[in-house]
Amino acid sequence: MRGYLRSDGRKGIRNHVVVAYLVECAHHVAREIATPLRGQGAQVIGFPGCYPNAYAQQMMERLCTHPNVGAVLLVSLGCESFNRFQLAKTISDSGRPVETIVIQRSGGTRSSIASGREWVASQIDALAAAETVPMDVSELIVGTVCGGSDGTSGLTGNPAVGLAFDRLVASGAACIFEETGELIGCEGIMADRAKTPELAVELRRSVEKAASYYATLGYGSFAAGNAEGGLSSIEEKSMGAYAKSGSSQIAGLIKPGDIPPRGGLYLMDVVPDGEVRFGFPNINDTAEIVEMMASGAHMTLFVTARGSVVGSAISPVIKVCANPETYERMADDMDVNAGRVLSGTPLSELGDEIFDLTLAVASGAPTKSEELGHAEFILTYKSFEPIGPACLPR
Amino acid sequence: MSAPQNLSSAHKLLRLSTADNVLVATTQVEAGLASINGGGVIEVISPVTLGHKIAARPITRGEKIIKYGVPIGSATTDIAAGDHVHIHNMKSDYTPTHALSETAAGDR
Repeated sequence: MRGYLRSDGRKGIRNHVVVAYLVECAHHVAREIATPLRGQGAQVIGFPGCYPNAYAQQMMERLCTHPNVGAVLLVSLGCESFNRFQLAKTISDSGRPVETIVIQRSGGTRSSIASGREWVASQIDALAAAETVPMDVSELIVGTVCGGSDGTSGLTGNPAVGLAFDRLVASGAACIFEETGELIGCEGIMADRAKTPELAVELRRSVEKAASYYATLGYGSFAAGNAEGGLSSIEEKSMGAYAKSGSSQIAGLIKPGDIPPRGGLYLMDVVPDGEVRFGFPNINDTAEIVEMMASGAHMTLFVTARGSVVGSAISPVIKVCANPETYERMADDMDVNAGRVLSGTPLSELGDEIFDLTLAVASGAPTKSEELGHAEFILTYKSFEPIGPACLPR
Repeated sequence: MSAPQNLSSAHKLLRLSTADNVLVATTQVEAGLASINGGGVIEVISPVTLGHKIAARPITRGEKIIKYGVPIGSATTDIAAGDHVHIHNMKSDYTPTHALSETAAGDR
């Protein structure tokens, strides 16, 4: 395995040129800049809001300095509140090339697109000559999410990813699982796996916060397709989702944008702190993947059963299909057919397959969603308090 | 919690934990006798699709539904052994479950 060495010591498994819009008004220009160059590594991310938000600012800074990113073009309308100066400085301080186009000062749409494409194309050429260095499994950060879950998720895909996580953690990698709103009912058994009693308290609190947050909103983290596939309650969905975490000791609790300080298994607390504001914690699966990336995830293991098709900007998504009927219908979108467990394939074989695929993708093999051009991205408003000292015990 | 390590396609229903009062369909299951992974058979009285649950024994209203050896909600009505257990006869003990009436019964 080889990676792109960054100035902070982290290594990337891809070398993308990111085009980042800083308000929805600049989205079209950013998309037009990247579209003809997306097959060569140009990708679009951005924040749609016009009001400032510390979470969004931190997320964009983390994403633009993600180890899989080699250069960044910022696209500003000009009058939005997002602090483009601070973002550009953070990127520049990381040693990456960065350029800002302000549409209002660049002659409008047409000339902004033209000059943006020219800059991105020049960066793609420059990055093509980038050197790689040896990279070890222990330098990987791997996230996992599930989406479009059903009654098969907890039997096949999620426990198979759990086995792969166990092997990755044993190899020294950092692994992140998340969606505290989908761990409701599991807080007790999860807390028993904490490295310290103080961390156990924090893990329980994070799930209690999620239960309270969703109760206020009136909905659990549960979609209609979950019920179609046989899941009847958030507790049932949670037990299946929890299996993704495997059986390793839980080394810490992080929030979006916190980067695991060392190898081990981490829970990401994705539910905002304080009173309920800004709506649902994560409005779709892509929002979860984006938070994984902001915490440094090189790739995400995505367990789906109803049949998600999404990939992601910046970090590859490996799709593990839990439902064998879905796999038959959508094989082109799926990297792993975990539903084979239901017809006799040992779960351990699936765990090994996912582990091996993780290393192959880290070594440059494209995932199905990468081949199909999926590069979804979304970022919305949230607010968090910093994690406490008990969350990352040494 | 327990996950199945080795399953045989000869069985159509799976008991995830000995404490469970529901079985999980590992394929589409029609009404009639169906075999259970790990031993035994049960008379299924309502057909279900992959991933749905069947009552392993009679369940009374208010009783906890047990799957993976833990409660996943409560029965909202008496449920006969072999009947489909889903949002029409059980509920979450935390937050209401959102579903579309057009699809909730399964994708037959």
